[in-house]
This record gives sequence, structure tokens and C-alpha cells, in this order.
Amino acid sequence: MNPQLPIVNVLDTLRLMSPELFLFVWALVVITVDLFASRKNDSLTGYTALVGIVIAGGFLAFAGEGVAFGRMFINDPLALFFKVIFLGAAFMAVGSSFGLTKEKIQNHRGEFYGLILFSTVGMMFLASSQEIISLYIGLELTTIPLFILAAFYKDDKLSVESGIKYFVVGAFSSALLLYGLSFLYGMTGTTFLNGVPGDPSATHMASLLAASHINYFGGGNSSGFVILIANICILAGVGFKLALPPFHQWAPDVYEGAPTPVASFLSVGSKAAGLVAFMKIFLMGLFGYISVEMKPNDWGMLVGVMSAVAMIIGNIVAIRQTNIKRMLAYSSIAQAGYIMIGMIALNQHGVSSVAFYTLVYLFANMGAFAAVTVFEDNTGSTEIGNYKGLAQTSPFFAALLSIFMLSLAGIPPLGGFIAKYKVFAAGIDQTSFPGFEWLYWLVGVGLLTSVFSLYYYVRVIKEMYFAKDASIYTMTFNKPILMVLIIALIGVLVTGLYPEPIFEFANKIYYSFSFSVIK
Amino acid sequence: MILSSLIFLPIIGMIIVMLMPKEKEDLIKYVAVGISVIPMVISFWLTYDYFVNFSGSAAMAYMEGPYAWIPSLNVNYHLGVDGISVPMLFLTGLLSTISLIASFSIKFRVKEYFAFFLLLEAGMMGVFVALDFFLFYVFWEIMLVPMYFLIGVWGGPRKEYASIKFFLYTLFGSIFMLVAILIMYFTSDPHTLNMLELVEHGGTLSHTLQMTCFIFFFIAFAIKVPVWPFHTWLPDAHVQAPTAVSVILAGVLLKMGTYAMLRINWPMFPDALQTLSFWIAVLGVIGIIYGALVSLAQTDLKKLVAYSSVSHMGYCMLALAAYGSVTAMAGVLFQMISHGLITGALFLMVGVLYDRAHTREISAFGGLGSKLPVYTALMLMFSMAALGLPGMSGFVSEFMIFVGAFSVLNQYLVGIAVLGVVLGAAYMLRMFQNVFLGEFNMAKWGGLTDINGRELLTVVPLAILTLAVGIYPKSLSDLMSATLENLVQIMSR
Repeated sequence: MNPQLPIVNVLDTLRLMSPELFLFVWALVVITVDLFASRKNDSLTGYTALVGIVIAGGFLAFAGEGVAFGRMFINDPLALFFKVIFLGAAFMAVGSSFGLTKEKIQNHRGEFYGLILFSTVGMMFLASSQEIISLYIGLELTTIPLFILAAFYKDDKLSVESGIKYFVVGAFSSALLLYGLSFLYGMTGTTFLNGVPGDPSATHMASLLAASHINYFGGGNSSGFVILIANICILAGVGFKLALPPFHQWAPDVYEGAPTPVASFLSVGSKAAGLVAFMKIFLMGLFGYISVEMKPNDWGMLVGVMSAVAMIIGNIVAIRQTNIKRMLAYSSIAQAGYIMIGMIALNQHGVSSVAFYTLVYLFANMGAFAAVTVFEDNTGSTEIGNYKGLAQTSPFFAALLSIFMLSLAGIPPLGGFIAKYKVFAAGIDQTSFPGFEWLYWLVGVGLLTSVFSLYYYVRVIKEMYFAKDASIYTMTFNKPILMVLIIALIGVLVTGLYPEPIFEFANKIYYSFSFSVIK
Repeated sequence: MILSSLIFLPIIGMIIVMLMPKEKEDLIKYVAVGISVIPMVISFWLTYDYFVNFSGSAAMAYMEGPYAWIPSLNVNYHLGVDGISVPMLFLTGLLSTISLIASFSIKFRVKEYFAFFLLLEAGMMGVFVALDFFLFYVFWEIMLVPMYFLIGVWGGPRKEYASIKFFLYTLFGSIFMLVAILIMYFTSDPHTLNMLELVEHGGTLSHTLQMTCFIFFFIAFAIKVPVWPFHTWLPDAHVQAPTAVSVILAGVLLKMGTYAMLRINWPMFPDALQTLSFWIAVLGVIGIIYGALVSLAQTDLKKLVAYSSVSHMGYCMLALAAYGSVTAMAGVLFQMISHGLITGALFLMVGVLYDRAHTREISAFGGLGSKLPVYTALMLMFSMAALGLPGMSGFVSEFMIFVGAFSVLNQYLVGIAVLGVVLGAAYMLRMFQNVFLGEFNMAKWGGLTDINGRELLTVVPLAILTLAVGIYPKSLSDLMSATLENLVQIMSR
């Protein structure tokens, strides 16, 4: 069943890595272009960045699958799928930023776009890394530019607070993650997380840990306790990145303070990066490990509790928000909770549902944030109350934002519904395995909280449509953000009405994981 | 093709309406009605053709598919109709056009209104023809969105509360349905979402699983019907919604609940049905009596009609509990049709009066009979139909329900239910007396005009059908008898 990946020579390595290499160079190009562009020409830098992302996408199509650098760098379906998501998030974040760089960020356009591209490069490396050192570096390259981006309004108190907060939390969580990873290295003596399909002989964590199965039956070995600590540290580290409770407190403040396109990039790109890291470490590296103290089922249950709390807290606190960015922050906490259901359902449905959900989330959330950016560009406000009566003055804008909100709420026939269906189906499917019956409860919490979530998503629609009087504002779009909105709209509709091609791709991801061999 | 056209013509209509300039309000109205006439005519033809060619057997007719839609999830595009869905399609086609005509009184944001209405029609048609669970669920949910907007934008003073309550209530039910669908899917082997195959599969499940799935489906559908105690969204939604939307709510949306029970819940879980049928009958009887008593106490005309719906749908539940009797099952369908016709018409009539008088308080009126003779005559007829006067469809359905239920169910229970008929007469006659008889207040209501031609166009077809079904019910019962006999056999297996 497992497709074999070719192991390539040095020259082909360049081909495999070409999107990352290109994007890295292009980020420098963007910064340089800005030096020569005149202040009045406010969109040249932005367009340069957009073009670069499109070209990187072209390289990605041409890169193909394979393994390079002595198994450190791998392009499997998982990596490719998530790289598409990262590039999409970068494209949409850059496309939404033109209004900002016209007015608010006049002097550092090159740095702004360049940092987004650097962060994207980090995410893409992360998706391709098969061992913990490069994984960690990828994660750092992802987050460090984001610290700066969050604080990009230098004169704005909220933005600076947001940057500092994100930096402190990010640094702390990275340290925790690194601490946990060092335990894993100490126990196994290797940094490789998992073998490469087609090269089963090599040593890696998954097989070494699986070999200590014996502990489970023989007992007497205390490594189980160490791995328990490692698990908790890693879970906390990744949990911060994903904003899973109890590590979620930073998210609303950071989202509110950061420039809106940055918040959108944070909520989708950086969250997807966290998901990949989670998949790599837990589903690839630690899956095979079974001991008295920690079975895959047990960390699954721990994550399950976090996911349930995420859905409950995210959805209930979002109801009380009056600022749309804070509301979307809590919504994104809840959305991460839904995704985690797919993550702990260790079956084909599960892994592909995580990928599919993330893709739909990219379109719906980036679309919603882009609409919020349009409103902010036009009015300077992010209060939900100010959206009153927009349906009459800007029907196109209102319809778009409504569609994104309904997709986030999971109303068919939009992508959000198919994604939620797939995640819940994965959860229910897994209940047939002994020890996983508790997933019924998790799915139940997910379904119930998705009813609560409807209330606050629909509240924005209510403001826009139900008011008697027309709004005093009329929305005008600049071209790039209109393009972003339309891409997001098409994405939400296609994933809802004809998701099959995406499913076919997402289903392949399953073969990157060792449990596809075990079961 | 023919069933797909019922779904997609309104969607095409919606797109056309959306592309029109919003200033041309009259044109939009005519175009929307014109488009909805096509599915109506198709549904009429379908009813006739089914009656002539297919009514002899219980098999699905006009099957489309299954065509693969999302193969990874085993989701197919699969449509078909039988003797219980054809009358529903007829009702949907008819009431959609009638309510669109009744919507000509909408004064603001006309374009959005008619676009949402056509989307609503597509969703309703889809629910009645879908044979794939996923597809069914998608249509069931799609309908909520336009309904939410129709109540929320064009509704009465408490529209925001009523619309979100409707949305949340139904969605709350839907999640139970979704869990039950997933359980059914993963316990079947090979995994399937085909309703017809799952009907076979459901009977082989363990008793516990049957009970779980049955109750989950029941919650989803009972909220829609609505069965007491899940009915509290209904008075709010009905009273706040604009007239035409109330007609659709009462005429079609409530029927989806009972239709889904007949299509999914009842045949799929015979053991659970046997265990729970008594309690379903109890809920039905509570609904009948409770709805009638609350109607008696209403001072608002529309609220009175709304609560009478709770009572009338209670009859459906009572009959559904008597699943062993073909007569009772036929009674369910007759009650669905006749309630759709009569209550739809009553809402239209209340709307006519409200448009002129701007109040619905029963006590504000009196003696209208002398000023509005045509209106009063029609209202008299529909009130009589609602209280079950022989010769009208309401009598036929109630009679069938009681005969069927009496032979199968606990007879004391049915005896209590018969009280509902008396109470029904009481609230209808009280309303009629207070509004149309007595002394006429010339100073206040001297300016009222009688029902106009457009409004007549909306209610007269309903009056004719009410009489037709009441006088010659055999046409309708022949249409569905084969399907119902088969259904009773499956349910009693």
C-alpha cells in the first residue's frame, strides 16, 4: 500500500527544495526592491511579494515528491499539502495588506512583506523536516518574524503589547518544546522522528520507541516516566502555538493588537505550522511507543480534554466579544479544538480530515479576516456594532462576510460543513477500536458547541442585514484584497460543493504515518 | 432529470433575481413568481403522472442516480419519490407560488426577499426527494439560512429573537440527526448513506443502538414538527414572520418533520418503534390538548393559528404512533396535506386583515361580516375546515386518524385526544364570533376594504383543494396506498 518515495542525489535536492530556496531569496529581493521604490508608489513592493509567492507555488508543483539530505528533508503528500496551505495563507495575507502599507506602514513596506515571506519559508521547512532539529529550526523561523510583525505599529500601544506578549509566550513555549525534544533524543539517541517510506531499515525514534514495547509487558524500566515528562513538555510547547487551552490566553490580545493581515496570517499559517509539528512529533515519532505510563491512547485523551476545553471556552467566550478581531481569535481557538478531534482519531479519516479542515479554515478564516481588513481600511473600526446596516450600502461585502461566517459555523453546502463532517466522522469511526469509546463524548461536545458557535457567527450577519437603516459607510475595495476575497469565496464554495479532488490528495497523507502500517 | 429540475429551477431563479437591478421591484416580483410557476407545474404533472403510472407499486419512481458526488465519503447524488413524497412535492410547489404572490405586499429590500424565497423553495424540494442521508441533511440545513433571513429582515417587532431562536433550535436538533447518521453509516457494512439500504440495515442493529438512533432522529424531527415540548420556537417564529413565510413554515416546514419520521425514523428502527410508540402517542395527545387549550387563550389572531398548528400536528403524532394501521398512516398524510392547505390559508387570511387593519388583536374587531362579506365567507369556510367539519379535508384526516388509532392504540388515550376536536371547535368559533359577528365599529373600521383580486388568487385554490380532498378523498388515498401498505409492513417487521 505505501507508495515508495525516491531518495534523490544532491542535484535533485535543489529541485526538491526549490520553492523554499526561491522564496528565501525572493524575500531579500522584496526588501531590496523597496529600497529603490519611491514612497509614492505604494503597491510595487506588495506586488513583488505576491508574484514571488505565485512563482514559489510554481516551483512547488515542479518539485515533486522525494527524500533528500540524508532523510532530513522529505517531500511527501503531507508536506506538499501543507506547503500549499502555507503559500495560500502568505498570498492572502500579503494581498490583504495593501491598504495598510498605503497609509499606516509607509516606511517599512519591504520589511513587512519580507518578514511574511521569511515566516512562510520557515513553515515550509517545518512541513518537510523529518527530524527534530530541523523541525525546531523551522518552527523558530516561522515564529520569530511573526513577533516583529505583530508589533509592526510601533506607535500603537496595543500593537507593541501584542508583539511583546507573543514574544514572551512564544519564547517560553519554544523552550518547553526543546526541553521535551531533548528527552526524546536522550532516550533514543537519534534525532530522526520516523522512517521514510521505502527505506525501512534506518533507525529512528518511532522504531526505537516501538521496540521498547517490551516495557509494557515486562515492566521494570523507568523510561516511561521520562517519556511522560517529554510528552507533557512537547504538548505544552505545541499547545501554545496552537492556542489550545490552557495555553490560549495570549491569542485574543495578540490578534487584537496586531495589524489585521498579520492576525490572519497568525491564525491560519502559524496554526497550520503548529498542526504539522504536532503531527510530526506525536503521530509520527511517538505513535509506536507504548508503556504503562503513556499509551498513544493516553496522550490522545489528554489532547482530547484540551480539545474539548478549547471548543467550550472558545465558543462560549466568543459570544461575549464586541470586537470582531477578538471574536475571531476565540473562534480560532475553538476551530483548533475541532481540528484536534481529527488529530486524535488515528485513522485514515483522521489525518486527512486534519489536512482538509485546515485548507477550508484557510479560505474561510482568511476570507473573514480580509473582509474585516476591508472594513478597517474604510472606517478604522473593528467593532461589530459598526457593521450595522452594511447589507444595504455594500451588498457584495455583506454577502461575502456572511458566507465566510456561515462556513466557519459549518452550514452546508459550504466547505466548513464538509470539514466538520469529516472530522466528526473520523472521531466516530475510531470509537470502534477498544479504548477509544470516549471519542463519542468528544464528538458530542464538538457538535453541541458548534450550535453555540452559530450564535456569534450569525450575530455579525444580523448586524449587517437586520438593521432597518442603511449604514453610513460604503465599502471600497483595492484590487489585491478583492482578489483575496474572491479566491477565498471560490475556495469555500469548491470545498463545499466538489471536495473530491482535494479528498483524493488528502487521503494520500495517511501513508506518511506509521499507524497506516500497524493497522 | 425531472426531480433535479424541481431543485435547480428555483436556484436558477434565485441567480436571475440576484442579477436584476434592485430598483425594478415590480419586475423582480413578476419574474420570481413566473419562475416558481415552472416547478409548480412540474410538481402537478408529476403528481398526475405518478398517479397514473406508478401508484400501483411501492417502489421509488423517477429515480436519479446514485451518481457519485463525494466518493471519499460515500456520498451520492440520489433522488427518488414514492407515494409519501409526491403529495409533499405537490404541496411545496403550490404553496411556494402562492406565497410568492402573497409576498407582493413586501415593500422594502424586495430583491433580497425574493432571492431568499427561491432558495428556500429549492431546499424544501430537495428534502422531499433526497434518498441519500448526506444530501438530505444538506437540504435540511440549507433551508435554515434563507428562513433565518426572511424572518429576521422582514419580520415583526421581535424578529431578531424569533429568527435566531428558530435557527438555533433546528440546528440543535440537526446535530442529533448528524450523530445518528454517522452511527448508521459506520455500523453498516459496506458503509453506505443510502436511505433505502439503511432501512434494511437498521432492523438488524442491536436494541440499544436502535433506541439511541431512534431517539436522536426523533429529537431532530420532533423539533421541526413541532412535538410538545419542543414547540416553543414555533409561536415566536410564526408571529414574527411575514405572512408568506408563515404560510411556508406551517404548510411545508412542519411537514418535513413528519415526512422525515415516515421516511427515516419509523421504518429504520422497528424494535425501538415498538418500545416507544406508546410514549409517542402520549406526546401527541399532550400536543393536541395543550395546543388547543393555549389557542383558546390567545388574543392575537396569528398566535391562535400558530398554536392550533401545535394541536393539529399532535394528531399526526398520535397517528404515527399507531404505525400498525394503514388507515392511521393514510390519516397522517391526509392531515399533513389538509393542515398545509387550511393553515396556510388561515395565515394568508390573517395577513390580509393585518395589511388593512395593522392589528391582529381579536378584541379589536367585531362585526366585520357586514363590511367584508367575501372575506368573511372565506374565513368561515377555513375555520370550519380547521375544526373538522365534514365535507372538508380536515374532517377526513381526523376521522382516519381516530379510526386507525382506536384500533391499535390505548383507547382511553385516543378518547382524550378526541376532546381536542371539541376544543378545536371552541377556539375557532370563539375567534369567528368575536371578529366577524356582533356589533361593527364603524368609526374605527369603516375604511376597511374587502379582499382584493390578488389575495383571492392566493386563497381560492386552497379553498378548492380543501373541498376537493374533503369530498373525494379516494384520489389522494389511491395515490399513496401501495406505498403505505409496504411501509406498514416494514415497520411491523
